[in-house]
Amino acid sequence: MAITVPLDVARIKKDFPILERTTHDHRLVYLDSANSSQKPRAVLEAMEHFIEHSYANIHRAVYEIAEEATAAYEGAREAMRRFLNAPSSREVIFTKNATEGINLVAYSWARHNLGEGDAILLTEMEHHANLVPWLVLREEKGVELRFLPITDDGQLDLADLDRLIDGVSLVGVAGISNVLGTINPVRMLADKAHEAGALILVDGAQYTPHMPTDVQALGCDFYAWTGHKMLGPSGIGGLWAREDLLDAMPAFLTGGEMIRDVRLDGWTPNELPWKFEAGTPPIVEAVGLGAAVEYLEGLGMDAVREHDVELTGYALRTLTERHGEKITIHGPSEPAARGGVISFVYENVHPHDLSQVLDQSGVCVRAGHHCAKPLMRRLQVGATARASVYVYNDEADVDALNEALDEADRLFAI
Amino acid sequence: MPGLEDLYREIILDHYRNPRNRGELPAPPAVRVEGFNPLCGDEVVVYLDVTDDGTVNDIRISGQGCSISQSSASMMSSAVKGKSADEVRALIRTFKAMMSIHEQRLDGSEEEEPIQPDGDVKLGDLEALQGVVKFPVRIKCATLSWNTLAQGLDEAAAEAPAG
Ligand SMILES: Cc1ncc(COP(=O)(O)O)c(C=O)c1O
Repeated sequence: MAITVPLDVARIKKDFPILERTTHDHRLVYLDSANSSQKPRAVLEAMEHFIEHSYANIHRAVYEIAEEATAAYEGAREAMRRFLNAPSSREVIFTKNATEGINLVAYSWARHNLGEGDAILLTEMEHHANLVPWLVLREEKGVELRFLPITDDGQLDLADLDRLIDGVSLVGVAGISNVLGTINPVRMLADKAHEAGALILVDGAQYTPHMPTDVQALGCDFYAWTGHKMLGPSGIGGLWAREDLLDAMPAFLTGGEMIRDVRLDGWTPNELPWKFEAGTPPIVEAVGLGAAVEYLEGLGMDAVREHDVELTGYALRTLTERHGEKITIHGPSEPAARGGVISFVYENVHPHDLSQVLDQSGVCVRAGHHCAKPLMRRLQVGATARASVYVYNDEADVDALNEALDEADRLFAI
Repeated sequence: MPGLEDLYREIILDHYRNPRNRGELPAPPAVRVEGFNPLCGDEVVVYLDVTDDGTVNDIRISGQGCSISQSSASMMSSAVKGKSADEVRALIRTFKAMMSIHEQRLDGSEEEEPIQPDGDVKLGDLEALQGVVKFPVRIKCATLSWNTLAQGLDEAAAEAPAG
């Protein structure tokens, strides 16, 4: 049993150069990590060092720095394999983000396996990234889409699961909702999917930055993730999938790198994982991602999770105590049931205005529909404000949010 | 550095809290036009009752959004009621000129001919929205209802009996 060492946030803050800056004469209180996380110095230094010492294209040249570059890129893949506890690095495909990972499944696996008469089960709380590719597929192929509804507490409503899952070929679900923070019962859904003869795709964009991730224990078949939300640079993410599935899937994007042989009368794809990596990949970004993984491993993902639960609990408690009836918080009331995301609506202050007023106090929160418009309709709100925490946030950040909310309340008071 | 007082003038907050001409008109005969800001989900619905000679006889606004989009729509509704289509179009041009100065610098196309304000048009209360240009992402909030209104006028003109 690993012993969990609580996060030393004061020390962690020092690892993030951007947190030294001020904004509108206030210290930066960054509460928008569910949107994109900040980057520790270790990530910047790894990328800089790589560019200064070993940069070259990969898999193409025999000179020394090209070999170093290839090793660095493949080393990042191995780090990501370890982080997801994937059985083989052949199954870890780099893409530019989670969205592209999901599109890979939709364009390669789904287009070749599904058609009229087939069905996919999604949920009402999906991000557009795990909705639009399937809406497009429905238009093109006549595939039926079904949706698991949500309860008023922001959990998946499983009452009708058996009926809804019956006969589907794929289940697609977010590991953690980016709006409600809900941690979904992925393992249970995976078992149900497999019993029904279906595969399961997990959108891990919010899950992997915050939870110890084990794709084998989760029991999933496809798992998409994104680097920029887990302390890594933007421009890299990926898809993990079972090797037998990837082997049987046709190439998605095509061109160089993903190819073994090209003749004027045909072509042969490269082997895994490169078969799905067309063109020069995000090499520098991969190196940064590898460093981000090592940074998170250094903190320990159990500790990261524990920190989330404590800080989210503190935020839920203080927001409710301080703002009472004026604030409506969406999602599960129990901190243990959610990740570090808190969406809320403040009486009389539109989220857009709220976020503008908070910004004047240095507090960054997102306002809008969070790329989940069907969920917004279900919640009957046009927009929410969303505060989200990560490893560099502490109670003082939550206090700053609370104070800034008071100020917004005063400004907009009737 | 622009401050909140530049953005949230008292008159803006007043229109946000007590929006004028809020509601709906039966359409038809009224023209109903929806405007969306896909970025933040703000929506404005403009109902226009335009007489055969092009006068804005009545206007109603519904929808939901932030204080800037809603107050802008409210002030707009007060400003255009009873005006002729030409006067309303001149007002739209003048308002957008006030808003677009910054918009154009943002996308680097300064050389482009900016929308020319109409010299004689008085914006009155609407000038309170001038502070919005210091907050570039909010310009779209302020112009949402105006673009919707312009579309409504076009539709009303298209539907008007010929001659
Ligand atoms: C749940 C969820 N899925 C998918 C995405 C898409 O991630 P990306 O934009 O990095 O592809 C996001 C992030 O915006 C998300 O929160």
